[in-house]
Amino acid sequence: MGLLSKKDSKLILDPLADDNPITIQVLGICSALAITAQLKPSIVMAVSVIFVLGVGNVVISLMRNIIPSKIRIIVQLIVVATLVIIVDQVLKAFAYELSKELSVFIGLIITNCIIMGRFEAFALGNGPWRSFLDGIGNAAGYGLILIIVGFFRELLGSGTLFGFQVMGDPVEKTGLYAIGYENNGFMVLPPMALIVVGLIIWVQRSRNKELIEEN
Amino acid sequence: MGLKQKLHTLKMKYKGTKMAPAFNALHTFLYLPNETTHSGSHVRVADDLKRTMNIVIMALVPCLIFGIFNTGYQHYAAIDEALRAAPLANFFTWDNFIMGCWTVLPLVIVSYGVGLAVEFLFAVIKGHEVEEGYLVTGMLVPLIVPIDIPLWMLAVAVIFGVVIGKEVFGGTGMNILNPALTIRAFLFFAYPTWMSGDKVWVHGAVERQQEIAAGANVDAISGETILGSYAQNSSVVYDYWDMFWGFIPGSVGETSKVLIIIGALFLIFTKIGSWRIIFSTLIGALTMGLIFNGVVDAGWIGESSKFYGLMSVPFWQHLIIGSILFGAVYMATDPVTASQTNKGKWIYGFLIGFISIMIRVFNPAYPEGVFLAILLMNVFAPTIDHYVLQGNIKRRMKRLKVKTA
Repeated sequence: MGLLSKKDSKLILDPLADDNPITIQVLGICSALAITAQLKPSIVMAVSVIFVLGVGNVVISLMRNIIPSKIRIIVQLIVVATLVIIVDQVLKAFAYELSKELSVFIGLIITNCIIMGRFEAFALGNGPWRSFLDGIGNAAGYGLILIIVGFFRELLGSGTLFGFQVMGDPVEKTGLYAIGYENNGFMVLPPMALIVVGLIIWVQRSRNKELIEEN
Repeated sequence: MGLKQKLHTLKMKYKGTKMAPAFNALHTFLYLPNETTHSGSHVRVADDLKRTMNIVIMALVPCLIFGIFNTGYQHYAAIDEALRAAPLANFFTWDNFIMGCWTVLPLVIVSYGVGLAVEFLFAVIKGHEVEEGYLVTGMLVPLIVPIDIPLWMLAVAVIFGVVIGKEVFGGTGMNILNPALTIRAFLFFAYPTWMSGDKVWVHGAVERQQEIAAGANVDAISGETILGSYAQNSSVVYDYWDMFWGFIPGSVGETSKVLIIIGALFLIFTKIGSWRIIFSTLIGALTMGLIFNGVVDAGWIGESSKFYGLMSVPFWQHLIIGSILFGAVYMATDPVTASQTNKGKWIYGFLIGFISIMIRVFNPAYPEGVFLAILLMNVFAPTIDHYVLQGNIKRRMKRLKVKTA
């Protein structure tokens, strides 16, 4: 790795798998359940959080020595809120349909525990470059799970991917539907997202036994 | 060499290997195991889990047989209305039986085949013995689904129910939710068009509708359930004795109230099912029914309301329509997922009945709430037990203080 030292690349790669914010730290579940019924909003959400957390971590990290610790939460909130409003406005301007679909959930990025968690746990104690990598890594780990869940939920729940009917037409009965296949309505409902996330955690832990906690 | 000996040699041959649990299970399924508990057991009783399960299955067999006949009867009666004039004479016929076998037995086979395959797979992977828990679930599942449910949907649901509902928690005895109802809930939320409406309860109705849509010149078959008719404020064509004997459309095994009552008596007599849960469920249902009747009598709700049909049903009739009786006897009493304390059982059962009727009346999409109510109370059962236990501890502590003071 020429660009990144080993220690730095760990910051990006760890949250993707063995320290994933959703499946290992179990943070940010709410939005993972709410917006993953389809692939497109999942990806938009992932990109938004990558932007907010990457930039936010840098900003907090730059200010870390001048923020009075008593009011640091308020300062963090202002930073997140500013960035989220930027994302929200950009979406409204350039992808109005999508922003309607995501409705309040873009605004609710503010309350996403991953973001405040990284500000508190990492950006307040590390330099801007490392904070940036950490932010990108964690947000990407979050986005990865979102996209996996969104892929399965859209494929099995609606029979589409990005809105294209990959399984045939359910009304005209072509493709798989001709032999009696039907979309699984349960997949579109939020509880199934929880179960899919649970299954991902199951697979991950059975592949890497070190992740299983003692109890 | 007899079969028992053969199975025993097989069991010995695979002892210690990966497949051992599978062969052990085959052996214990058919015969008593050769070895008994060596140490550490404090209570010894004659019945084991296998016998408990078998008794429940015995209690279910009449419902299954009735369901087979009823499937055929509903199918032919939907085509020829004249048959309904004399249900008894036209019920136990070979035509009905053959038609019923042809449609019900595949459900049973898929349910057992897929479910046991999952159980064996988990036993082999995890290296524990195959548990008997699925024997009852596998019998319950075909009885609580509509007759025309496609078999692959049932298979998917069974895999989901056994894996997510039971195995992830650690197998039989550890599950929070009743696996059979988890399977039904999965089907209901995943494929609602196959689980509700007026077409799915009679064999052939869905196909007939597709033929009509394709342009065939035949009459539509319709088999609205009684709850469905009430929910739409339309009149009900069946009289109370039809409902009691079970000559009505519905899920395969839930229709005959008289056989369910016999099964309940059998379960109570053998002390497998808890009479506290059964009775408190019925009391809960009657209470909620009375409250709704009171609302109607007080004139708080007019005939134009969409709830009027179900609210004005006389409270006792709630017991003979829908599946409240089946749920109370065979589902709510599941010893794993119900409350364990006696006081807790009363609360648990009462709330099941109460909430069942509440969902039944207020759920516009699907006028039956028994399975949802039982699943909900399954989740709350440990909480109920916790408070009953804490209450008991507190009372005894008080008594202790009075004595020592």
